[in-house]
Amino acid sequence: MVHTSLDVVDEKISAMGKALVDQRELYLGLLYPTEDYKVYGYVTNSKVKFVMVVDSSNTALRDNEIRSMFRKLHSSYTDVMCNPFYNPGDRIQSRAFDSMVASLMPQVC
Amino acid sequence: MMSKTEAEIRFGNPAELHGTKVQIPYLISEKNTFKRMDDEDKQQETQSPTMSPLASPPTSPPHYQRVPLSHAYGKLRSSSEQMQPAPYEARQPLVPPEGPLSGAPGAKPLRHQASLIRSFSVEREPQDNSSNYPDEPWRITEEQREYYVNQFRSLQPDPSSFISGSVAKNFFTKSKLSIPELSYIWELSDADCDGALTLPEFCAAFHLVVARKNGYPLPEGLPPTLQTDYLQAAFPKPKWECALFDSYSESMPANQQPRDLNRMEKLSIKDMADFPVPTQDVTSDDKQGLKSSTDEALPKDTSEDQATKSGLLPPPPALPPRPCPSQSEQASEAEIHPQLNRAPSQAAESSPARKPPSKPIRRKFRPENSATENQETSTTVGGPASAATVKPHAAVQKQSSKQKKAIQTAIRKNKEINAVLARLNSELQQQLKEAHQERIALESQLEQLRPVTVL
Repeated sequence: MVHTSLDVVDEKISAMGKALVDQRELYLGLLYPTEDYKVYGYVTNSKVKFVMVVDSSNTALRDNEIRSMFRKLHSSYTDVMCNPFYNPGDRIQSRAFDSMVASLMPQVC
Repeated sequence: MMSKTEAEIRFGNPAELHGTKVQIPYLISEKNTFKRMDDEDKQQETQSPTMSPLASPPTSPPHYQRVPLSHAYGKLRSSSEQMQPAPYEARQPLVPPEGPLSGAPGAKPLRHQASLIRSFSVEREPQDNSSNYPDEPWRITEEQREYYVNQFRSLQPDPSSFISGSVAKNFFTKSKLSIPELSYIWELSDADCDGALTLPEFCAAFHLVVARKNGYPLPEGLPPTLQTDYLQAAFPKPKWECALFDSYSESMPANQQPRDLNRMEKLSIKDMADFPVPTQDVTSDDKQGLKSSTDEALPKDTSEDQATKSGLLPPPPALPPRPCPSQSEQASEAEIHPQLNRAPSQAAESSPARKPPSKPIRRKFRPENSATENQETSTTVGGPASAATVKPHAAVQKQSSKQKKAIQTAIRKNKEINAVLARLNSELQQQLKEAHQERIALESQLEQLRPVTVL
């Protein structure tokens, strides 16, 4: 499921010529008819993609909320990048990052 | 580890300390145990038996245990001192697996059974960052500080400048700690997340590495005594100046006593075999040394901090006469004032003038911040820095404390704005590029179509 959403994000990137940092959209409808969840994509300047999967049981999160969550994600991600011991591509083990993500979760859930 | 009652622990420890070396299970339920114990437990479990013969760092018991065990420390220290030299080399290979004897006096209540194997683990209580070498493991002693500063200078001649991430990475990798641990130490010590280490950040990181190598689990958060503002307050930057040393020696005449658990110093120094460590005979007065300096520093002004820190942060465009307030962001939190104000402050003030050349080193790790931003701020720093040196210290010091907070917030806001603007800038530039490309494509199409229409 995540892989298909990644494919969709790639499509969008290649299609759109413009600002890549736009919090890309909620790709509703990506899912199977039974499961209703929404997938949000976000791409950074360095082509790093964030994919967020949200259960639709939570009545629609507002777009702004999603955007703010992605912004926080992006900012924490840059902080993680600052660490010279972090190799891009590794699993992120930063505690600050984890705690930030955990703080986002209750909003989504 | 056998679960012991508190009483056993308290009174039984001395004997254990002496003999078995560190199988003291501080099982007393403590709220703040390290969560990290979980990670380390697995490693420690296998390691602790083997490590037991080695000298464990003189983990001070949790504060509540301090009194009954205080006498034990003396014994432990003396015994461990003897063992220091040998174990450290031997410990090297074992260090990565870690922390056997890190005594954390308060294993989590959950881990009662699991923690049996642990020996001392440093108690990380928020109220009291003690333990470790006698009382406070996270306090940097005078000797340690000198050592760290020397190391810093070997990496970066300009003490007011930063060590780049890659340089620091190479340096700390020599300590043979695992990459995740180094990464975590970096995360703790690089307070501003800029990918470079200033002197206080470097000292904090170095201290954490030392502690870790001695078996102390890493803290959940940066201890207050390792934070940048605290370190700068306690150890003004131009520490290597003679005046500073003189003042420190004056302040610690009585403290120079044989608190001798230089174990810690020996620990820290010898343990750094991988590092370019000189085996100094550091009789650390650990906490005393620092305490005396900090106590004396208290009454002093934080202008020192500001002056020293000015080299670290880009002063906002609206820079008050002295560059130091730009550092207030960090210094304002510090309740402790530096010992020396006059001489060091002047020296520190001159340091900001050197800052501009070093700024790009730091900034390259912040892609968001444009280089132009740096240049602008650095030039402003150079100006005020020279002007500031002329001003009378007394008057400015009083004012600076008041201005600090206001400036702090202004700095933060400006920084945020700068970051946002930089991002916007980069985005817009990309859009511009794309627009250009589209334009070129359209123009070429137009040219292709023209002949058709003409015909």
